[in-house]
Amino acid sequence: MNRIAALFKREMAGYFATPLAYVFVVIFLVLMGVFTFYPGGFFERGQADLEPFFVWHPWLYLFLVPALGMRLWAEERKSGTIELLFTLPLSMGEAVLGKFLAAWAMIALSLALTFPIWLSVNLLGSPDNGVILAGYLGSLLMAGAFLAVSAALSALTRNQVIAFVLSVCACFAFLLSGFPMVLDAFRPWLPGAIVDMIAALSVLRHFDAIIRGVVDLRDLLFFLSFTALWLYLGAWIIQRKKTA
Amino acid sequence: MQTGISVHALRKSFSDLVAVDNLSLTVERGEVLGFLGPNGAGKSTTMKMLTGFLPPDSGSISIAGIDLLGTPRAAKEKIGYLPEGAPLYAEMTPESLLGFVAKLRGLNRATKEQRLIEVAERIHLREVWRQPIETLSKGFKRRVGLALALLHDPEVLILDEPTDGLDPNQKQEIRQLVREIAANKTIIISTHILEEVDALCSRAMIIASGREVANGTPAELRARDPQHGAVTLTLKSADATTLRSVLERQSSIAKVSARQKDAITTLQLMPQGDIDLLPLAAATAKELETPLQGLQRLEGDLNRVFRLLTQATGGAK
Repeated sequence: MNRIAALFKREMAGYFATPLAYVFVVIFLVLMGVFTFYPGGFFERGQADLEPFFVWHPWLYLFLVPALGMRLWAEERKSGTIELLFTLPLSMGEAVLGKFLAAWAMIALSLALTFPIWLSVNLLGSPDNGVILAGYLGSLLMAGAFLAVSAALSALTRNQVIAFVLSVCACFAFLLSGFPMVLDAFRPWLPGAIVDMIAALSVLRHFDAIIRGVVDLRDLLFFLSFTALWLYLGAWIIQRKKTA
Repeated sequence: MQTGISVHALRKSFSDLVAVDNLSLTVERGEVLGFLGPNGAGKSTTMKMLTGFLPPDSGSISIAGIDLLGTPRAAKEKIGYLPEGAPLYAEMTPESLLGFVAKLRGLNRATKEQRLIEVAERIHLREVWRQPIETLSKGFKRRVGLALALLHDPEVLILDEPTDGLDPNQKQEIRQLVREIAANKTIIISTHILEEVDALCSRAMIIASGREVANGTPAELRARDPQHGAVTLTLKSADATTLRSVLERQSSIAKVSARQKDAITTLQLMPQGDIDLLPLAAATAKELETPLQGLQRLEGDLNRVFRLLTQATGGAK
């Protein structure tokens, strides 16, 4: 636990020692704002809710999260510091968690800094704050899921650009896996049960359910187990790649 | 003596390439083992296995009596490791990086503060203590790497090419540091710089294509030079013919060869067996009243031994 905390702190300090943290937070907030107000029509809708805000999150995360996650292991491998890390008395699980949690905390921080929009909607009307809270929770869980995918794929390569492109593609596939665009590719050659399973992996479906204010345990479990699975996969890839 | 590192029948292959093949070694406490071999011989792979970074395909590794493969965390606590090229987190300062590693090493607050101060003094890092590592010179970066390895005062030190890429002054500094800390530790240094073996090591092992080809003290390795024990005499060419013909008749001399440059001739005498030819050569020259400009016994050249031992197997690659 102490080791995870130490690694978490180092990673966080790393984000803030470089312009990375500031650039990420600023771009995150600007994009969130732009999409909420222009295509989202926050004011024009005349409704006191944050749906036009949350509805863009999957699409923004599709690029922002891989941008943050692409360096997690690719950079360690490229600079050789992975050797420094794994010759310390630190287990694979601790390393994977420490780095993941720090990056996730960066996203959580950026998300928390969107609070003015929550203030605005409360000043202008009386929204259902429970639904808004659910929205934030769903958004954070989805970011974690995408981050776990990006972190795992970042372990595949020393090249951050490759890691980014792979992550965006993988996240896109999971985002839309309940939609014909993805399902039609599988339907002709896979049994129906498996196609249904793929459909159930749709991040967008689960996220939509949560932001509508319906916090179903199954949706939460979906995100948590999805994230855990990808973290595990990431650890496996690191172990394999270290050897090669 | 306590055994610091004990490795038995280590093997590692990457797809179709066998990087380390049935390698065994032991290093006692107080010993500095030079681990030599041409590039690609498997030095770094071996060190990565000794430090628990790479799992071997088979074999056993014991660090200060602890089984590295069975209880990696306990064994890693005994090891200080300087990886090849000393990779560091560039955006951190020596202070923050050493603090981070101290925490991962589980040092408590008081010990940590004390060790940081000690290491900063010993490795001479004070002046760059709060500078980002990316702004430091190569020499300082290497020192930070060494400081990381020494932070927890480990029993076993594994240094992968600690002086590679440094200028002669920096090399000297690092060697001096290693000599200072060597007394009570078990140290393995990989290098392909042979002067380093003389400067630092009590014993050396040479590997090629993942296999041990020689293992001994620097003097023992030198003795494997075919020219070990040869005696050279330098004299005016005008005097050389007589001396040479007298020497060639000596039964203890196997072979006499001559090399001439300008008006100076160098005679080289190869002994028959393990005999010191120096007194005989001196006496013969005195008897003939031949003035010598130089008289010297060759101890053997590590570079030649290295080439001889590693090219036989390495040439096939």
